[in-house]
Amino acid sequence: MSTVPLEMSDFWTKSGFRMREHPGYCNGGFDGLHPPSDDDDMVDIAGATLDFSSTDDVPPLSSGVYEEHQSRAGVNGTGPSSLMDPLEDPVPGLGTYEDFNTIDWVREKSKDRDRHREITKNSRRSTAALLHSISDAFSGWLLMLLVGLMAGALAGGIDIAAHWLTDMKEGICLDGFWFSHEHCCWKSSETTFKDRDRCPQWQTWGELITGTSEGAFSYILNYLIYIVWALFFAFLAVTLVRAFAPYACGSGIPEIKTILSGFIIRGYLGKWTLITKTVTLVLAVSSGLSLGKEGPLVHVACCCANILCHLFTKYRKNEAKRREVLSAAAAVGVSVAFGAPIGGVLFSLEEVSYYFPLKTLWRSFFAALVAAFTLRSINPFGNSRLVLFYVEFHAPWHLVELVPFIFLGIFGGLWGALFIKANIAWCRIRKTTRLGRYPIVEVLAVTAVTALVAYPNSYTRMSGAELISELFNDCSLLDSSQLCGYLQPANISETGIGNSLADRPAGPGLFTALWQLALALLFKMLITVVTFGMKVPSGLFIPSMAVGAIAGRLLGVGMEQLAYYNHDGLIFKGWCTPEADCITPGLYAMVGAAACLGGVTRMTVSLVVIMFELTGGLEYIVPLMAAAMTSKWVADAFGREGIYEAHIRLNGYPFLEPKEEFEHSSLAVDVMRPRRSDPPLAVLTQDSMTVGGVEALVESTRYSGFPVVVSQESPRLVGFVLRRDLLISIDNARKRQDGVVGASLVVFSEHPPAQAPDGPPPLRLRGIMDLSPFTVTDHTPMTSPDIFRKLGLRQFCLVSPRVTRRLLGIITKKDILKHMAQIANRDPDSILFN
Amino acid sequence: MFNGSSTLQSLVKLLPFTFVTLLTNPLTRYYINSEDIRCKCICPPYREVEGQIYKQNVSLKDCNCLHVVDPMPVDGRDVEAYCLRCECKYEERSSGTIKFTIIMYLSILGLLLLYMVYLTLLEPILKRRLFGHSQLIQNYDDVGDQQPFANAHNVLSRSHSRPNMLNKVEHAQQRWRRQVQEQRKSVFDRHVVLS
Repeated sequence: MSTVPLEMSDFWTKSGFRMREHPGYCNGGFDGLHPPSDDDDMVDIAGATLDFSSTDDVPPLSSGVYEEHQSRAGVNGTGPSSLMDPLEDPVPGLGTYEDFNTIDWVREKSKDRDRHREITKNSRRSTAALLHSISDAFSGWLLMLLVGLMAGALAGGIDIAAHWLTDMKEGICLDGFWFSHEHCCWKSSETTFKDRDRCPQWQTWGELITGTSEGAFSYILNYLIYIVWALFFAFLAVTLVRAFAPYACGSGIPEIKTILSGFIIRGYLGKWTLITKTVTLVLAVSSGLSLGKEGPLVHVACCCANILCHLFTKYRKNEAKRREVLSAAAAVGVSVAFGAPIGGVLFSLEEVSYYFPLKTLWRSFFAALVAAFTLRSINPFGNSRLVLFYVEFHAPWHLVELVPFIFLGIFGGLWGALFIKANIAWCRIRKTTRLGRYPIVEVLAVTAVTALVAYPNSYTRMSGAELISELFNDCSLLDSSQLCGYLQPANISETGIGNSLADRPAGPGLFTALWQLALALLFKMLITVVTFGMKVPSGLFIPSMAVGAIAGRLLGVGMEQLAYYNHDGLIFKGWCTPEADCITPGLYAMVGAAACLGGVTRMTVSLVVIMFELTGGLEYIVPLMAAAMTSKWVADAFGREGIYEAHIRLNGYPFLEPKEEFEHSSLAVDVMRPRRSDPPLAVLTQDSMTVGGVEALVESTRYSGFPVVVSQESPRLVGFVLRRDLLISIDNARKRQDGVVGASLVVFSEHPPAQAPDGPPPLRLRGIMDLSPFTVTDHTPMTSPDIFRKLGLRQFCLVSPRVTRRLLGIITKKDILKHMAQIANRDPDSILFN
Repeated sequence: MFNGSSTLQSLVKLLPFTFVTLLTNPLTRYYINSEDIRCKCICPPYREVEGQIYKQNVSLKDCNCLHVVDPMPVDGRDVEAYCLRCECKYEERSSGTIKFTIIMYLSILGLLLLYMVYLTLLEPILKRRLFGHSQLIQNYDDVGDQQPFANAHNVLSRSHSRPNMLNKVEHAQQRWRRQVQEQRKSVFDRHVVLS
């Protein structure tokens, strides 16, 4: 066979005709040929094994085949369509990926481009096709609308249910069991200024049983029932997770990050995960464990998006397009968790997304807006706010106060670094030792300890969000909580109008609150380390914010008292006159919360915007920025990874960290496989292997793709074939095509070689081959893994720099990750998946 | 227009959900009953008068101290000074949404629990009891051989030779269970993901 046509075709594909790479299968007409049930198979099957029996039980419809042929002829022109054989019917499952594999962004993008081209071309032919093209163009926005509605509604439901179930641990509403404590006393006029949440309709369990709310017996009874409920909720949560969707545990953000970077985890964003996560999240939050619902809400929103993607062909069939939607869904999750639409968009951009074009930015913005509006119209807290700890104060701050804010930043950074180290160490123990074998016992033990220790201290007994809202609150005359237990100056009623108060000396109530808060701080810091990563849905935002808020409040009260007693001292002179309100402890709590959250997650911009949207006070941007930045610097000094990256590394997900810089000067030839000691590369030849030989090669290796070369003697690179495509095509051919036996030749070249007339007909697989695999020469410097990230590659081949294009080796994303791990003195085998 | 029809089909499936969402949320706000609005005034201590909380069922425009604070604790001269310190907030909620959400949540939780109990406790018993006489059925039905632990339901449905629909459901359920088992293995036993 002459090699000239081959070179020609290579030349053309290299110069940008990517659409030719999968002539039979991946152009526009292919999409939508399979009924939805088939798609469910492809999306939800968790097992990594190929389930042929379930994928080919629905034969493609005849009309679809016709359309397919037509489109092929249209796109390929004088392509190899004359050589078409029965195999070139669309094979179900071709072009999809196996579980725990990385997608090829380039392939997905070109698939979408071809599809789009097809629709645009058809739209000139008929009105129906025109309408179809319009609906196709509109479907992205419609999908965003649906995602926003669904995620907003679910978040509202979770808020209401968690609020109710949390109060359930303490008592019940006699007016209607569905009311939470706050809503039970909503109408009651028996509430007093001191006891704001006490009304006869709400009965604690002790009150209900003994008939009195006083006395030790009632207290002990309440204590016991609190622990029993907490254990019960935690038990339900962990057993439900175990029984229905093991993927629903944890926060979900590390996995979402990995999925957005192109990894496939089947079933991670499925219906059962959604249902289980929603239900168990409420249980886990209500059990009083030191965890929040914010991270899991991101997961819930992404599940919604993934499920809704099934409605639109454009997104159902294309993994890259679906990841754009998931990026937007991450924004929706934060938007409903904090009531911060813009913060959500920035969070998606800064923290989770991998590929974030401007179009996705606008769509995220729209979806976040819709979600926030939906949540607002559900009004879960009955105060027209989207979050429990919305604050509203506008007290000014003085430039000198930046010093304590920076101290809070340092505290946040130290806590963040320490937390990550401790939590990862604990998770590693769980992963490797016997502790991991008893997940249910572990959850129950931690819950028991939490409930036992938390109940006596009112600041740990209340839920995390309530604690934060109390700490953020500024003490005005209207407040009567313990935290506002200042001594009232005698002349208070005569001076001043309005409710803002001058600094006052601390009273006994405040002192009690302070030591209780100090104990709560210690407890929260310790228990959060062991809580995060248990097998229940658990978020990290609320606990770390609570730690920061307690520390900030303590510092704030300290500053306030310092200012009160030294108001004519050196620092406070000039801005702290005795009658002035110069220190706002609530602001310190807020800054502390931002600092700790920043230290743990290493967010900066999105964190400040989220906090800003929580408070609505423009004047606090500078303190928040100062604290967030300091905390990031301090934390980065101890380790550059945030908690999510640390968990990604712990699990060995193939994730290329965009924040990491790659400073080592190695060449491609140092990274590539095979190494000198390795056996030679497993390759396919273009026209000399039999079906049996190919199958034996595929069976004996575990690679997910094989380069195709001209022949073993002259290993010139022709193309690249993915393992899954190869297996599916061969299996399909054996079932449908007559005469394909083990001895049939597998032909990847355009023209089959001449062969004996009595031999079995060859199996043509040129259609599934990538004709233009990305190639570099062996001396390309590997200065950064950006080549994978920016181009969205899965692997590339190394060829010799001459014209001959002799195949030398191959580098996959996994090889790069292993190489980076080796440079950083880590175990390269910790990267698990390919 | 082949793609369109499948989209339409799935849209129809989704319709009830969208409908419920749209119906329960914004619309209920127009039919808010009087139970669901309040005007809450918090009045701090003033001279010898203790701090008080007042709640009244009034509309937004009447939500101020003069309308809501009913037995006015101070006499005419001080009313203005007293009221200046009070903070009045108009709030509304939807008790219907709360009730609906909680009942919905409890029923989903209950269903899940029942299903879990069924899968873990009842099914093995049923299976054991049925395997005795299911040998006959399995002999001519070689599908059962591929899955030695096929659930009892499967055997039951085959013995009744129901139409295709039920088999499809069975098939989907089997697949789902295998999938969950796989997930459980990787999360709980091997600690490969999500640890």
